[in-house]
Amino acid sequence: MNSYFFTQPFFKKNGKAIAIYFLVAIIFWFVFLVIIPQLYMLDLSFRTNVPPLERGGPKDFYTFEHYQHFVFGSKTAQDAFNFVDLGVFGRTILVSIFVTLANLAFCYPIAFYIAKIANPSTARLLIVSLIIPFWINELLRSFALRILFANEGVINNVLTGIGIIDQGILFITYDIGLYTGLIYAYILLMMFPLYNAIESLDVNQIEAAKDLGSSTFRTHWRVVIPHAKPGIVSGCTMVFMLTVGALATPVVLSSPNTLWFPQLIYQWFNMNDNWSRGSAYSIILLIISVIFVLTMMRIFKVRIGEIIK
Amino acid sequence: MSADVELSNVSVTFGSFFAAKNVSVKIEGGEFFSFLGPSGCGKTTLLRAISGFQDPSEGKVLIDNKDMSGIGPNKRPTALIFQNLALFPLMTVSENIAFSLEVRGVSKTDRQKRADELLELIALEGQGEKKVHQLSGGQKQRVAIARALAVEPKVLLLDEPLSALDLKLRQRMRTELREIQKRVNITFIYITHDQGEALTMSDRIAVMNEGELEQVGPCDEVYNNPRTPFVATFVGENNPIYGRIKSIDGKTVEIDTPDGIFRSTINDNSNLNINDDAIAFVRPESLFLPRSDDNFDNSLPVIIDSFEFEGNIKNFYAHLKSGTKIKFSVPNAIDTSHIKNGSSINLGFDSQKSIILPKAPLAID
Repeated sequence: MNSYFFTQPFFKKNGKAIAIYFLVAIIFWFVFLVIIPQLYMLDLSFRTNVPPLERGGPKDFYTFEHYQHFVFGSKTAQDAFNFVDLGVFGRTILVSIFVTLANLAFCYPIAFYIAKIANPSTARLLIVSLIIPFWINELLRSFALRILFANEGVINNVLTGIGIIDQGILFITYDIGLYTGLIYAYILLMMFPLYNAIESLDVNQIEAAKDLGSSTFRTHWRVVIPHAKPGIVSGCTMVFMLTVGALATPVVLSSPNTLWFPQLIYQWFNMNDNWSRGSAYSIILLIISVIFVLTMMRIFKVRIGEIIK
Repeated sequence: MSADVELSNVSVTFGSFFAAKNVSVKIEGGEFFSFLGPSGCGKTTLLRAISGFQDPSEGKVLIDNKDMSGIGPNKRPTALIFQNLALFPLMTVSENIAFSLEVRGVSKTDRQKRADELLELIALEGQGEKKVHQLSGGQKQRVAIARALAVEPKVLLLDEPLSALDLKLRQRMRTELREIQKRVNITFIYITHDQGEALTMSDRIAVMNEGELEQVGPCDEVYNNPRTPFVATFVGENNPIYGRIKSIDGKTVEIDTPDGIFRSTINDNSNLNINDDAIAFVRPESLFLPRSDDNFDNSLPVIIDSFEFEGNIKNFYAHLKSGTKIKFSVPNAIDTSHIKNGSSINLGFDSQKSIILPKAPLAID
């Protein structure tokens, strides 16, 4: 058994020590960091919420109550459906789709400019100025935006100071601060896949299209975007998943009367001490994210291999 | 429908570097015209100036006597075939060919009709639904031509499109390109560093060096009557023999060299005087092993260094007493078994077949 194991091509190619290291690292990552936590959460989401001491006791049994709670609300509620949680969920999904599209619309021209128009030194400068703000922690960046957007914040003070407006705009109340913060939070994850995809396009393709009479819009529609499709899907997927699961930015920037779905999950876990329900909500979010990725792949006809390139 | 293309004092500069310097040439409608020169000589820059991707720093590009300044590549009656062809890999062959019609809003059925016509022209009937990567090198080449011809441009610009093909295919494509040009009867402007390509296909060629036109003319004229030492050595092969002008008698000139006095022919417009530094050029195929009945007016004593067999001809590499290298070629039909490495022989050449030019830099191979 032992000798059979070590004569496999993988061991011969890499040497025993490195091969074992690879195997241990990959198995640890996959089993302990991916499989076990997810399975544990899945299991928890179907169990009653009991204190640790009563685990395995008569009150600990499998149930759909947490999923039912998400859809129909508590058993004592008046409404037919759990409008509060469903509303938060729906709004989170819709806003995340909007944030993703806004991110794409914002990043595409910049990525194209850096990849194909700017000279190398300008391109380097732009990339560095995109990256540097992200050396600062996400929470701090959100607070910085909060300072900008607050009712007595920098933007309002400047605008009222130079007399463009009479009173401050309620950026936070109308969640303008939140949307801006969410768009900005994951911009690099859209920028780099897009940049990589566009950068690999042969510039002769663009010139050939132009030479054949194509307008700038057409050239992008028929030549650049189809080529960049895997990068677009990859960027959209990552931005959507991270936005839909964002916690720090909504905590700092959302208006007092709006909630982001991960804030709900957080509340179940931390404030209400109901890990089972928190798990159920997390699983729902996970399923939606997977559906989103699969839909994107279906719409754009790309395979998973192209996205993760 | 073809169009004249005129370059009038066109210069293109990048910083202080002149990619093209004061180029003036008129290309007639329906002509197959080639710009020939070593890489970096500015020929691609000129092509980009004609197609509209590069604005001339000075001078004008006129197509059909119309000034093209400020008119973008998508508005000019030209079509460019790129060195790497730049076919669209995500589209089918038909979509590639009909792309220029698609962007002009031509309906799908008309597009399909035109694509089928062009597929027939390039002998690829029924292959329109294939993807580009399913085609062979020569087929891709032809698709690129069809794509460029789809909107019936008046001028087709070709940027070394054959350089990626293997030798046999390249030779076949030369003939094919020439035939297509005759059939569609539009102006072809061809860029190449391969003098064989330029000579076999073109009506006229322009030889370029360091951004400037050295000579423009029909192929045989450029080959037989080069105006500068650069042209003499870039177009075809040539043996330079350095010396000084000893006497001038009409078109016949005597040149005094370390290896003796030779007779050569002077160009109409070269300004040579007695005692000027000059170079006499004689091509490898104009040097003969003299037979008793030959009557050459020059005799060149050489020592053989080596030889190579090329098939139809044999190439001999030799040197003169002064060390000047000489190459000559002999048809394979002639028996050369008596010529060995190290043997001294006398070669003959006719003063009519040699040309004398003022001393100037040669083309460096």
